[in-house]
Amino acid sequence: MNAYDTYNYDVLVIGAGGAGLRAAIEASAHGVTVGLVCKSLLGKAHTVMAEGGIAAAMANVDDRDSWKVHFTDTLRGGQYLNNWRMAELHAKEAPDCVRELESWGALFDRTKDGKILQRNFGGHKYPRLAHVGDRTGLEMIRTLQDHGIHQGVEVHMECTVITLLKDGERIVGAFGYERERGRFKTFQAKAVILATGGVGRAYKITSNSWEYTGDGHSLAYHAGAELIDMEFLQFHPTGMIWPPSVSGILVTEGVRGEGGILLNKNGERFMFNNIPDLYKNQTSDNEEEGWRYIQGDKNAKRPPELLTRDHVARCIVREIKEGRGSPHGGVYLDISWIKKKISNSEEHIRKKLPGMYHMFKKLADIDITKEPMEIGPTTHYMMGGIRVDPDTQMSTMPGLFAAGECGAGLHGANRLGGNSLSDLLVFGKRAGEYAAKFAKEYGDGTIDEKQITDAAKWALEPFERDKGDSPYDIQFALQEMMQQLVGIVRNETEMLRAKEHLGLMSQRAANARVVGNREFNPGWHTALDLFNMLTISEAITMAALERKESRGAHFREDYPDKDPQSGKFNLVIKKDADGKMIIRQEPIPEIREELKQLIEEMK
Amino acid sequence: MPTATFEILRGDANEGKFETYTLEISEGMVVLDAILLIQAKYANDLAVRWNCKAGHCGSCSAEVNGVPKLMCMCRMSDIKLDKPILVQPMKAFPLIKDLVTDVSWNFEVKKKIKKFKPRPPDAADGTWRMAQEDIDRVQEFRKCIECFLCQDVCHVIREHQLQDKFIGPRYFVHIAGLEMHPLDVEDRREDLKKTDGIGFCNITKCCTNVCPQEITITDNAIIPLKERVADKFYDPVKRLFAKFRSKKEQ
Repeated sequence: MNAYDTYNYDVLVIGAGGAGLRAAIEASAHGVTVGLVCKSLLGKAHTVMAEGGIAAAMANVDDRDSWKVHFTDTLRGGQYLNNWRMAELHAKEAPDCVRELESWGALFDRTKDGKILQRNFGGHKYPRLAHVGDRTGLEMIRTLQDHGIHQGVEVHMECTVITLLKDGERIVGAFGYERERGRFKTFQAKAVILATGGVGRAYKITSNSWEYTGDGHSLAYHAGAELIDMEFLQFHPTGMIWPPSVSGILVTEGVRGEGGILLNKNGERFMFNNIPDLYKNQTSDNEEEGWRYIQGDKNAKRPPELLTRDHVARCIVREIKEGRGSPHGGVYLDISWIKKKISNSEEHIRKKLPGMYHMFKKLADIDITKEPMEIGPTTHYMMGGIRVDPDTQMSTMPGLFAAGECGAGLHGANRLGGNSLSDLLVFGKRAGEYAAKFAKEYGDGTIDEKQITDAAKWALEPFERDKGDSPYDIQFALQEMMQQLVGIVRNETEMLRAKEHLGLMSQRAANARVVGNREFNPGWHTALDLFNMLTISEAITMAALERKESRGAHFREDYPDKDPQSGKFNLVIKKDADGKMIIRQEPIPEIREELKQLIEEMK
Repeated sequence: MPTATFEILRGDANEGKFETYTLEISEGMVVLDAILLIQAKYANDLAVRWNCKAGHCGSCSAEVNGVPKLMCMCRMSDIKLDKPILVQPMKAFPLIKDLVTDVSWNFEVKKKIKKFKPRPPDAADGTWRMAQEDIDRVQEFRKCIECFLCQDVCHVIREHQLQDKFIGPRYFVHIAGLEMHPLDVEDRREDLKKTDGIGFCNITKCCTNVCPQEITITDNAIIPLKERVADKFYDPVKRLFAKFRSKKEQ
């Protein structure tokens, strides 16, 4: 065996946010040994930032809701590029997953008759999001963490995986380093689950923390797995924009769910100006009806602020581009206006949105109960990712599974708010279950020492260079470039330029130099993360160039319309035998007849 | 733009010294912004923990001018710039490097606390019914982001280092959240007295003062737990009843 600390598990889970924790708990419940690797301390993953809620058709608030409505909402939101089977499983299983969370100690806000309360969110026909104030993610990750630590899961905190280990085509482990001392660790495993989250750090304005460098996407890709839907990157419409130090920080969609409205500098509620055909039937065209919806009137249609995120973000960009933006280059999000409608509005806002109240007060000197917030779009969520089997979550590589944001298929061209937390639970659970089954069925694979020594050598090279750029300079250049050239509004000329830049940046990254030693050295970690960021940036750019239409989160100003032909395929990315990134179109799987009918009925 | 001078502790458990960095300060900046800028510009290997940068995750705990704080919520405009700003790691935990300390003890403590144990479901479909008021009562404790600033400032840990006998304010908050959970039926009072060391807390409220989530740790969590322990072990009437009952059960 090699010289590094070696651990042996039946199932190794990489990533300890909602999906990773849920997967680890499930695998452990199936009686296998489980190791859980997390890049930060346990409980700090991005799930903690989720604010609004978990989408699950429990029908506690509106009894017309059911998995069927949730299913069709999800497909409509994803512009029908979703994997229908995943959307079906997700809609059917989410309610039980939420109730399970409650049985593990999670506390959600309640209805008058003591059930779990559900709130409105964009693209959901009925109030569907189980929540607790605006800190649902914290409640969820803490519940999973506190439950998980009693399930015999072995946790490796502050540990980053740099390569997956292969035995032929099968994934049999992973190799990485721990931050504290910079020592390498080898993990041998019968099955590996990736749950590493998103890619937001490749962009300048993002709600994502330093961790979200596309590790899982990149690890899987380089191991030979297929990625899908990489052109679909969600820009959340409401991120903070002022002061500059907070730009990108998420402002929950829950603000709009509780009645918040979007205004341009003229005080005009611009969302009424452009309601897409797909949603005309269910969106109100006047303020009065919109407010009645917020108040729970079942006969009212929802206000246009609660349209899907892709659409809202684009409307905001339009207002700014056409000169109707706010002083710092955003628009206004106003919840304080509800004082015209209810008498105790200030107390109500503080109770429903305590985190937002606190955050704006502390970081921006804004009292959201009294004045509007300035907001703008922020890079938030990757719909694309590792292509998985919808039932088992196994990737195209045997023994490699993926769940949560780094897996793909459920959300299609655009994710509905609230559907990520339920995604984590439903598919985290499935990944855990099927990885455990896989581990039981197949024995240990063989670890190839050469893969380990190669990876270790690669990881230490930056220390040997005496010239070369700082990894931070390269990262900032990449973030600036991706934001400018492959952002919310895209065109061919700019993206071809982005491709050239990426080539040059890859060369710079390959020569990046780090200072200091291996002990807790963020410069070194950034140098290694760059490799993943560049890989996924290339994949995003390649897919965005290939999709010559505008759909969901992907908007091309040179192809501003939806193209019916392009709605029939997903884009699949893979590394070919020469190490080159290749892309191909693949027809969307034929949907089951009864579900097809369901979609027609709900149109 | 105004400038600020930072003195940041650089080093590890063996040796450390303050290094000086000077930086331009822009509008709205927080201490964490400054630290990350220094890291990117002058000291790529400066060790610091952070994640959400919005006060939600509790990673960037440190001591700024001697006061334990989340660096992401500490505005530069609230600090006097005429003197150097001192940034140090949390003092109560072993130093790993620069601003990063070994907080693993905290995670070990939590494992020993009896986990959530719900009463049987209220409804036939396996779900429970709860009133919003009962939820509201424990929300405060569940807001905790595990930044460990309360642990850092607690003198039982910081000065007396009784980590093996005392779990610290964070975990009293955790236990309060469990004990007052509307569904929980576990009894943790004996552990509180015997292994968790609740008696060591002499309610100086240092923890409450530093909590970035504004949890009233001492008054709302620790004191009620102390009362529960006192009820079980020291209430003479109850003790008599307990004796009587245990005899009868024999």
